[in-house]
Amino acid sequence: MTDHEQVTPILEMRQISKVYGNGVYANQQVSLSVNRGEIHALVGENGAGKSTLMKILFGMEKPDQGEIVLEGKTVTFRSPQDAIARGIGMVHQHFKLVDSLSVTENVTMGYEPVKRGFIDRKTAKEKVSKIAELFELQDELDTATGKLPVGIKQKVEIIKALYRGAQILILDEPTAVLTPQETEELFDQLMKLKSRGYTVIFISHKLREVKQISNRISIMRQGKMIDTVDTDGITEQEISSRMVGTNYSKNLAKKAAEPKEVLLQVKNLTAVGMNKKEVVNNVSFSVRAGEITGIAGVEGNGQNELIQMITGLRKIDRGSVCIMGRDTGKLSIQELRELGMSYIPSDRMEDGLAVSMSIGENLISTKLKDRRLYRHHLLSKKKIRDMANQLVRDYRIKCDSQETPVSMLSGGNMQKVVVAREFTQQARLIIAEQPTRGIDVGAAKFIHEELIRLRDENCAVLLVTADLEELYQLSDNILVMYDGRFSAYFPNPDQVSETELGNYMLGVKIQSETEIGRGCHEEEKPAI
Amino acid sequence: MKKKNLLFSSATTVLAITISLVIALVIILCVSEQPGQAVTALLLGPLRSTRLIGSIFTTAIPICFTGLAVCLMFQASMFNMCAEGSFFLGALAAAAFATKVPLPGILGLAGPMLVGAAAGALLCLVPAWLKAKLNASEMVASLMLNYIALYLGLYVLNTYLRDQSFGALASEKLPDSSKLDKIIPGTSIHSGIFLAIFFIVLCFLLLYKTSLGHKIRTYGQNPRFTKYAGIKVGSVIILSQVLGGAIAGIGGSVEVMGMYERFQWTSLPGYGWDGVILAILARNKPQYVPLAAIFLSYLRVGASTMASNTDVPKELITVIQAIMIMLITATALLKGMKQKMVIKEALSSGTDS
Repeated sequence: MTDHEQVTPILEMRQISKVYGNGVYANQQVSLSVNRGEIHALVGENGAGKSTLMKILFGMEKPDQGEIVLEGKTVTFRSPQDAIARGIGMVHQHFKLVDSLSVTENVTMGYEPVKRGFIDRKTAKEKVSKIAELFELQDELDTATGKLPVGIKQKVEIIKALYRGAQILILDEPTAVLTPQETEELFDQLMKLKSRGYTVIFISHKLREVKQISNRISIMRQGKMIDTVDTDGITEQEISSRMVGTNYSKNLAKKAAEPKEVLLQVKNLTAVGMNKKEVVNNVSFSVRAGEITGIAGVEGNGQNELIQMITGLRKIDRGSVCIMGRDTGKLSIQELRELGMSYIPSDRMEDGLAVSMSIGENLISTKLKDRRLYRHHLLSKKKIRDMANQLVRDYRIKCDSQETPVSMLSGGNMQKVVVAREFTQQARLIIAEQPTRGIDVGAAKFIHEELIRLRDENCAVLLVTADLEELYQLSDNILVMYDGRFSAYFPNPDQVSETELGNYMLGVKIQSETEIGRGCHEEEKPAI
Repeated sequence: MKKKNLLFSSATTVLAITISLVIALVIILCVSEQPGQAVTALLLGPLRSTRLIGSIFTTAIPICFTGLAVCLMFQASMFNMCAEGSFFLGALAAAAFATKVPLPGILGLAGPMLVGAAAGALLCLVPAWLKAKLNASEMVASLMLNYIALYLGLYVLNTYLRDQSFGALASEKLPDSSKLDKIIPGTSIHSGIFLAIFFIVLCFLLLYKTSLGHKIRTYGQNPRFTKYAGIKVGSVIILSQVLGGAIAGIGGSVEVMGMYERFQWTSLPGYGWDGVILAILARNKPQYVPLAAIFLSYLRVGASTMASNTDVPKELITVIQAIMIMLITATALLKGMKQKMVIKEALSSGTDS
């Protein structure tokens, strides 16, 4: 793309500002110009304002200042319908599909062709089929969407946008849910769309992908637009430092693990789901003191149910969990916590915090038995404040005071509140589920360092993550989960490439039971 | 930011009250032959005599109890409407105990109150238990239970407690040892007011200074987090409702022992519903309950003076209440203004803290 000067932008967002109810700028005088027929990457850390900017473009949020110019005309979008009518389509991170409906029904929903007052299914299918050919999906049109794998669902979302007449396609972190193989496939299709004259806006914070696919890159940081550059003229390192603001080293200092006694022992664990299907199927493994065991896998392959059973949030259908040598079957969550289990849940807003309550109140929620918080048998405001202030300082939680409601904090700082609470209760076994999802690089690095520090202090850490970079950086050994079972165990992460790991994540390859059984860390062969 | 939130929630309350009063004035202007007198009676009537000032307080006492009870239950996000039935049963149980087991001295007061508390607690336990064990909607269960409480109460009153020599359906006279003393001559204010104050302080301490209170509030804000944090959810649900029911029950016994010769309610007296209104006005905070109670009873006394001196019926007060509650619970009220202020501040300071 050397002829940018002659190309008129198809879309311009000028001086867009958006302030959220808590007074935080999501976007501050952001301008973005996108050319016709390019793949334009929008990069930035979590919380940099990328998604907000795109929600404004798609009519989901109203800007407080600024204007949108589409093909030379100023437009105002009051709703996504307005944006769709103007040829803008968006594929969200979380798909908006009805699982029980077929692909055709999902694609045409709300925009069905009508004949004599009734939905014209034949025309609908023909129209969808034409677009689906592009994605080699024409044979799946009658399949219920719920039965399709994530990668295909995403294609259905793209087809839906195109069916509605999108010329500009916004993809919000499309690769976050994909395996390396699916990502490659998506990129091929995006190139095809580009060659047909479609414009793609691609939100991501995976710089390697951005380098690979985009023509130009716009970099955002803390709600502001930093720069827009040609992809060919910038290195990954340069993008990264401009995203974060400083020259940031992602490298973690980590010495070799020295595993000791087994602290978590899972044996033949099974969870039966709503449809009588085993969502976790006869799973055995162990985690030892002084090591981090990582569980990799495409989301929805039973990791969540597995963790819920270990942490006592879900009933164990079959099998057993032993923590510190004690069978947890009859123990309450409180007793598990007293044994030294601590848990960073994947959904911090729903499970990990009461966001309308203050930082201090959230911090003491698991420590109500601690007499040091009381004075004359009553909770002492001063003692709570002192304890909370100490944690706010130690964990570098950015806030006005410990009385600030958690909802006012950024995602990274919310997660630090969870971590501060969970890491300060004599933890011996730490279950960390997607511990850095959706938070900024600084907070993520802090949490990674804390996890390694605790490992070195002889804690056992079980890490579940969809972020392969995190998995490789932290794990001392890796288990791969596929369809409710383990498909592989790697005693050393260096032994396996990301592509190879992807094969196990998709169930293309599965190790022998003996190989997987090594995850139990027993001398003799585990009973199967 | 916290101060700003408080400012906006109090501004919303004040605005809601003002709007509802203005609407009341408009109604008075439309229907009354003597609007000037009616308005004066409504707004200033309660201050005309010591007796009326006294009745502001005596009207406030029972609704203070039910208000506290509802605060406690709502803090756990349990929309248990049983305060009404608990108040009624509490009063009945206290009267039954006082007339059947007359005790001397302080026991004559404490005994009936404890029995009233137990009756109230027992009723509120039912929806809580159904919720904790079967996840049944506490609101539906409690609304229905109020009728069961009423008719069960009337059956007991008619069959076991009725004073045959009295012209209407009522219990026998309470013994003197079971009556609360009038404390200010020329008014009907009774010593129940001290109990009301005691329970306000108690509820405040319970909610904000104890482990149980913390658990109740946390459960109310996010049940899933409560479970995750290792708090026993079932016991939090049940304790919060039982304590609320007990307070409503004590409220009932205080009312019957402070204001009446005998128990003679044959329909639900409505104090439990008032408790809901108070909890909404006080935003579930016990420390604001007395303020809300006095405000509401001031309006009530005003409406009574208006009704007895002019041609406007006292039911006008229910119109005011309804509008007030609607507006206070309308969270969108002033939201636009708040957003604008936040944006203006952010744009002018130009920072993104």
